[in-house]
Amino acid sequence: MKQFQSSRRSFLALAAVTPFAVMATSACGTSGPGSASGGGASMWFLSGEPNQTTIQKAVDAFGSSNPDNKIAVTYFQNDAYKTKIKTAIGAGQAPTIVYGWGGGTLKTYAEANQVEDLTSWFEANPDLKNKFFPASFGAATVNGKIYALPNQYVAPVVLFYNKELFEKAGVQPPKTWDDVMSLVKTFNDMGVAPFSLGGQSRWTSMMWLEYLLDRIGGAEVFKAIFEGKPNAWMDPAVIETGTKIQELVSADGFIKGFSSITADSKADQALLFTGKAAMLLQGSWTYGPMKKEGQNFVQDGKLGFVTFPTVAGGKGDPKNGVGNPAQYMSISAKATDKEKETAKKFFKEGIMTDTVIDAYINSGSVPIVNGIEDKLATSPDKDFLNFVYDLAKNAPNFQQSWDQALSPTAAEALLNNIDQLFLKSITPQQFAENMNATLGK
Amino acid sequence: MSSTTTHRAAAAPRKIEQTGQQKSALAWLTVPALIFFVVFALAPLVGVLVLSFANWDGIGAIGAAGLENWSSVLSDPGLYNALGLTFLIMIVSWLVQTPISLLLGVFTAGTQRYRAALAVLYFLPLLLSSAAVAIAYKALLDPNFGLAMGLGLPFLAQDWLGVPQLALGLVIFVIAWQFVPFHTLIYQGGVRQIPKSLYEAAQIDGAGIIKQFFHITLPQLKYTIITSSTLMVVGSLTYFDLIFVLTGGGPGNSTRILALDMYLRGFRANLMGPASVIAVILVVIGLVLALFLQRLGGKDKQGSQLEGL
Repeated sequence: MKQFQSSRRSFLALAAVTPFAVMATSACGTSGPGSASGGGASMWFLSGEPNQTTIQKAVDAFGSSNPDNKIAVTYFQNDAYKTKIKTAIGAGQAPTIVYGWGGGTLKTYAEANQVEDLTSWFEANPDLKNKFFPASFGAATVNGKIYALPNQYVAPVVLFYNKELFEKAGVQPPKTWDDVMSLVKTFNDMGVAPFSLGGQSRWTSMMWLEYLLDRIGGAEVFKAIFEGKPNAWMDPAVIETGTKIQELVSADGFIKGFSSITADSKADQALLFTGKAAMLLQGSWTYGPMKKEGQNFVQDGKLGFVTFPTVAGGKGDPKNGVGNPAQYMSISAKATDKEKETAKKFFKEGIMTDTVIDAYINSGSVPIVNGIEDKLATSPDKDFLNFVYDLAKNAPNFQQSWDQALSPTAAEALLNNIDQLFLKSITPQQFAENMNATLGK
Repeated sequence: MSSTTTHRAAAAPRKIEQTGQQKSALAWLTVPALIFFVVFALAPLVGVLVLSFANWDGIGAIGAAGLENWSSVLSDPGLYNALGLTFLIMIVSWLVQTPISLLLGVFTAGTQRYRAALAVLYFLPLLLSSAAVAIAYKALLDPNFGLAMGLGLPFLAQDWLGVPQLALGLVIFVIAWQFVPFHTLIYQGGVRQIPKSLYEAAQIDGAGIIKQFFHITLPQLKYTIITSSTLMVVGSLTYFDLIFVLTGGGPGNSTRILALDMYLRGFRANLMGPASVIAVILVVIGLVLALFLQRLGGKDKQGSQLEGL
């Protein structure tokens, strides 16, 4: 009887230990989703065309010429990815190649020693470093060290407009803020919404603030904010920016219901090409989708694009741009040496190949590599591509999107406060005070 | 002789005195469940409590923060906005869902065939995932490309999710649309448990349908109402996915309930400490509410509900 009990006890002990054993093996990460088998590396990337196909082709090409160093890619939707990668890095389960947008988020990774310092590797590979726009390294640099490889394309924010509606109204695209306000009246009288806006996504509204603050106060205001200088958000330019935004909202500048429209569903683009709205302030990345889904709106030459208007008395250079200087790829510090080697090899030979560069140009984007002028000039989208290229290249200051440039804590507070500013539930003064409280966080 | 005893023991185990050995064997059976409870419920709970006193961005090193997180969250007007919204949604949801599901439950408890068909229809929303429900509603309610414009009913093309009050009302409506089927099912089961003889006796005494409902059905459903209310009230603390997809907490902060506030602080703003404070507050509120609702059931809650009472 005693024997029977002890064997039962050992069985229960086994049953009790098993879950811990399972947890232990999965926790050390060898079999987690973040790692690849053999000498390969893993990478997480954003789903959605045309970039998904482009990157998959690049990975496949790299894999067939490097059968021992294959890259395994998993695709995620944009917003889902942003949360997932943060959680994965915090849990030590990051993929070998960490895709991102540089700036404040990269800084948190670098300061927590979660991504590799690539400075010396770039020094050893000057050809690679010289391949990219010099400006694209800004958001990849933290405390003087480079933590990411710039890649993909430059994406400034552009003021798009519907040429057909402008012809019908007999007006020109706005050059100054006064033009903006008078166009608002013109289009409202015509029964067309002046500006489309996917306000529920919040970063869409943020682009208005970025450009307005730049035009009113110049690049220095945001630089002070980014550096966390005391009372940087209390600059009069910030309050004037907020006031102008609320004036525009009060004048029905944005389409009715803008705060329930999302950019993820591309509804804001659809409002422009269906003629429901006359203008749209959006990233140059919306050109490709509009061309593909806009029922020949782009092909028939109905899509116009200009830089953001100036503001009377403003200090900012009208050539300044805002947007994404590039996209970035870092290497997880937790990856094995072999995985890191594979990733570096892929960075060097696999990611910005001529095929990939051509694919980006064909989809209406400007890749961030030097010496592409000839290719841009022969593209069917050359008007737009040259416009974007010149804007990015000639900008005295190209401000990275704030939600990426700031720390995640400040960025979330910013998006929340911008939403309330557009709803007029807080005053420009309150907006500045709320944001001022996030300095240094 | 011994075989008869075992047979009896199997048939009515409670009546037989358990030997010490049997007791220890039964105790052992609870071990796996206990381990899972400790590993997946208690340990995370303790972890959250510890994190609420820690400084952590979710990525770097964890540092001690003392009472800083608690004082910053408790002095944040955002917390009280979220708390107020959570209770508002909880109470209004209960007021909306309970009468509808109770009446639907009583109705579908009948035996006619068409009721069975209707019950299946009512049940359908529950089969959809919250995310799918939210995406579908979002598309239908779009003021420019939604159902209203498609049907040519421009007066319905309101900015449903863009005006704070409308958005809150809509969230409550969609929650009700999704969860009424579940509670209807609970009430349907509860009504079917009520002995027919009670109604037969009432009929003999001349009570009409309405009197029967208030004097037999409703009192007999007391515990069903408490069960359904507990699930509804405690469940409303965790409404997350639907609101997250439908409004993202907006416009402004008008639908940013406590669970969503916790997520946004923790995983968007990288403030794990303050997010853990909110998690602890949620656990405490949930426990207090569940205990309160159980108390409502009274001390006789283990008693029989069947005839003879």
